[in-house]
Amino acid sequence: MTDATVKIGIRDLHKSFGPKIVLDGLDLEIRQGESMVIIGGSGTGKSVLLKNVLGLLTPERGSISVDGQEVVGMGWSEREHILRKFGMLFQNAALFDSLSVWENVAFGLIEGRGMNRTAAKEIAMEKLANVGLGPEVGALEPSELSGGMRKRVGLARAIAAEPEIIFFDEPTTGLDPIMGDVINDLIVECVKDLGATTLSITHDMASARKIADRVAMLYKGKIIWVGPVSEIDHSGNEYVDQFINGRAEGPIQMEVRAL
Amino acid sequence: MNPLATIGQISFAFLATIGRLSIFTGRAVLHCFLPPYYLRLLARQCIEIGYYSLPVVGLTAIFTGMVLALQSYTGFARFNAEGAIANVVVLSITRELAPVLTGLVVAGRIGAAMAAEIGTMSVTEQIDALVTLSTNPFKYLVAPRIIAGILMLPLLVLVADIIGVLGGYLVSIHKLGFNPSVYLHRTWEFLQPLDVMSGLTKAAVFGFIISLMGCYHGYSSRGGAQGVGQATTNAVVSASVLILGANYVITELFFAV
Repeated sequence: MTDATVKIGIRDLHKSFGPKIVLDGLDLEIRQGESMVIIGGSGTGKSVLLKNVLGLLTPERGSISVDGQEVVGMGWSEREHILRKFGMLFQNAALFDSLSVWENVAFGLIEGRGMNRTAAKEIAMEKLANVGLGPEVGALEPSELSGGMRKRVGLARAIAAEPEIIFFDEPTTGLDPIMGDVINDLIVECVKDLGATTLSITHDMASARKIADRVAMLYKGKIIWVGPVSEIDHSGNEYVDQFINGRAEGPIQMEVRAL
Repeated sequence: MNPLATIGQISFAFLATIGRLSIFTGRAVLHCFLPPYYLRLLARQCIEIGYYSLPVVGLTAIFTGMVLALQSYTGFARFNAEGAIANVVVLSITRELAPVLTGLVVAGRIGAAMAAEIGTMSVTEQIDALVTLSTNPFKYLVAPRIIAGILMLPLLVLVADIIGVLGGYLVSIHKLGFNPSVYLHRTWEFLQPLDVMSGLTKAAVFGFIISLMGCYHGYSSRGGAQGVGQATTNAVVSASVLILGANYVITELFFAV
């Protein structure tokens, strides 16, 4: 693999919160056009990794490059330019309460790119249709939506500006299995249409199997296994085996404090 | 526990807070001057702070003016100085009571609302979402609130000045039996432009303090509903204390002998 095919390169990334080390020299490369899924237990730093790439958190050490451009330590004006390549679906959708659904979807187009409201509304309605929501939903407030609808609106917002890179933070968490599968299908479909590079984090293995080209496992601040999704059942890594089979016994020990 | 270690920890925490607040203030002020300007959001904040605060500010001002006239009368009547009531009412209202009470009332209403709204956005990742949509949260959330606070508080205080003086007038005329034209003449006679200007200057500073504290505590809130509740309390308490402190400093600057 040459550097030209690497969309996001992460090298020796360190991030701590006080004495708690979250990322401990993490290395990962995400190739152009692939769907990478990071799996790992709760609290292992999956969301922290995404936030470091987006510049929402600053790592203590290490390098993050997007299209070969170093983004750690970048100022806002440069970062604003880089962020235009990104779309993100947040775990709880993170819709803006003060705006209607269509304004949420069109937000990046209006505020981020200066598009006029009429044109942005047209695109927002089109994206809502892409995720299976009718035009009547556009006028609703986020508080009027169900969990599944919120995720769909979040997805529509993430793809509205047709980004090159899309991040999905636990896209199926909190949804029933059927709605979770609907969201997975939408993700696959939208990503295929856009030809985007995606990085998803999840601990839902059904979701990972459906949307991933490659899977990486994060444990104790490091990537301990990376491989094609087809090889995950034969990874030869006992940590991965324990995680994907959901066993309490194994090398991964949950920290449970006695009462 | 070692008391020296405790004092040290508290001191470091205090200095860290001062540092964070200073950086936040610097960024907030800088983004008030740098484009893009979100005029629609600025207009919305002006309506929220200015228009919707009018009833509570008006009620506070009129009752304050009425009480002031009554109290002044009971005091001044002891040495036959009732004639100074108009003077006392207008100076007290314009220089001190209207700006300070308006500041405190708006701090309770707007400071708390700002901290709660931005705090909720912070803990539900809406601020992170703004960043991923190439929108600077300081420009989008903080700058319009700061500018609206600075612009609207002087207007509210101007209204409070008029209503407060009117409250004093109503009590003086209808309850204490003053002659209306004499009362109004004395009010105008003693009022100097500097009295009003000092009150309006205070109001602009108080508006800045209220918005800054609401935004800072909201932006810094962590930990769900409890964190947002704490941020709301901190915003109101810190804004109120800073308003009272700033009031003294500005009074000293304007009227120091």
